[in-house]
Amino acid sequence: MTTPLVTEQVIEIIYLISATLFILSLKWLSAPATARRGVFAGEIGMILAIGATLLYRGIVDYKWIVIGLVVGTIIGIPLGRVQMTAVPQRTALSHAFGALCVALVGTSEYYLRAPDVPKFMMSVLSMEVILGSLTFTGSLMAAGKLQEILPQRPITYKGQNVVNIALLAVSVAVAVYLVLHPGETRLFPLLIAIPLLFGVLMIIPIGGADMPTVISLLNSYAGLSAAAMGFVIDSKLLIVAGALDGSSGFILSVIMSKAMNRSFTNVLFGAFGQVQVSAAAAQEARPVHTATAEEAAAILGAANAVVIVPGYGMAVAQAQHKVRELYDALSKRGVDVKFAIHPVAGRMPGHMNVLLAEADIPYDKLLDMEAINPEFPQTDVALVIGANDVTNPAARNDPKSPIYGMPILDVDKARTVMVIKRGMSPGFAGIDNELYYLDKTLMLFGDARAFVGDIVRQLTGEGHG
Amino acid sequence: MPDLTSDIYVFILAAFLGLEVIKRVSPLLHTPLMSLTNAISAISVIAAIELAGKQQTALSTILGTLAVAAAATNIVGGFMITDRMLKMFKASGKPKKP
Repeated sequence: MTTPLVTEQVIEIIYLISATLFILSLKWLSAPATARRGVFAGEIGMILAIGATLLYRGIVDYKWIVIGLVVGTIIGIPLGRVQMTAVPQRTALSHAFGALCVALVGTSEYYLRAPDVPKFMMSVLSMEVILGSLTFTGSLMAAGKLQEILPQRPITYKGQNVVNIALLAVSVAVAVYLVLHPGETRLFPLLIAIPLLFGVLMIIPIGGADMPTVISLLNSYAGLSAAAMGFVIDSKLLIVAGALDGSSGFILSVIMSKAMNRSFTNVLFGAFGQVQVSAAAAQEARPVHTATAEEAAAILGAANAVVIVPGYGMAVAQAQHKVRELYDALSKRGVDVKFAIHPVAGRMPGHMNVLLAEADIPYDKLLDMEAINPEFPQTDVALVIGANDVTNPAARNDPKSPIYGMPILDVDKARTVMVIKRGMSPGFAGIDNELYYLDKTLMLFGDARAFVGDIVRQLTGEGHG
Repeated sequence: MPDLTSDIYVFILAAFLGLEVIKRVSPLLHTPLMSLTNAISAISVIAAIELAGKQQTALSTILGTLAVAAAATNIVGGFMITDRMLKMFKASGKPKKP
């Protein structure tokens, strides 16, 4: 009888090593220099834990395990090779897969154990299944919106919040009933179905620019549901991994919400996009200064310090490689070029950094908001490419503005501001941007990729002649 | 019966540790952070493997197999894309690899 006991202990030790490696993995991720070591540590931890589980744990048949692993690998490889511009939707999809796994395991654990499920066990199991199910459909919806299969606009209707809260309340009530009467197996499907519906309805009113917060929240839910699963199957390794994932999503949600000056509840229940219809109507006719690529190139070429402010528009126009050429052309002329990255620029945390890194721009040129804002007064040209609300001075100056109080990049403090934009349409929030009407601002109308390309041609052409 | 108290202990300590460790991650790397934590939390595959392999009921085997596939997708895809992204982050002055 001693042999299996030893094996059990060995397995627990391997799990402990895996948990340690996961923690080290995240620790090493803190800086670009050690980050890849972090991925390696995570991989080793994963392989050790899977190996240990396969070798023991009362497994009698490997066929289905192998089929599952093979199918997962076949789906996983293309998801590991997507374009960098598709990373936000890929991330949302991966939250959906994680949540699906958790919800499926929770469901079978319930039916294996019912009707003898202790109260605490049933509580965490309910939490696991509710969070898993709503994160599954919620993440699929988010991925659909990001991939533009679904409309990016917020879809709202009267009583939306009441419906959503009621659904959540009903699923919690079902959970409470099941905790008291775990034998009522017929009720259990409700614990899956209602949160599945809730997940869809929760994401419907959310617009594209809120995606960084929402993806982070879904990340947090996926992690918490995995931790809940750890309680159900009494696995400390899962509890640790789930807690790490959950706290990571939580921190990112807090950072994103702060960067938009909004609370979680406001993001989830606010439907920001439809608030200010009246604000956008009045000011179509105000004059702006425009410039051609030639004029822009002359000003940029004569500058000492240039800060480029990228936004989601740069990603949409796939302009990051042209931006890299601009960076090269200006750097060659001795112009100091930096990039100002707002925390919510793009569609997920860190989106712009990844795109610019893909275009081979050194990461030490990518500065976050706190680091770059003091530099704008000494900046000759701030070049805004596809960003809007995160540069709107109204967030600082106009208490009546819906984005008042949101931290912004102080591009208006640069000596000259250039904005590449398709037209004068207002940004996501539907708010007019004061920046565009300043005397120091030049509007460069056109497609971001084409326009940056034109500027580069002017700069390099001049170099030859 | 699981050892409840120690599980709660572990959860609380891991959550605080996670907050401290992740607060230190540079905003530069927030996208890889998300894909890495996602891959790590796919360790839920160990529970799925047990369900798929223990052959307890037809339901648990089917759901377990699907769960193994879902988690394996995140393990493979998550680690792959994290490493691909991190490979792209280069400091200035270092030679670029094509």
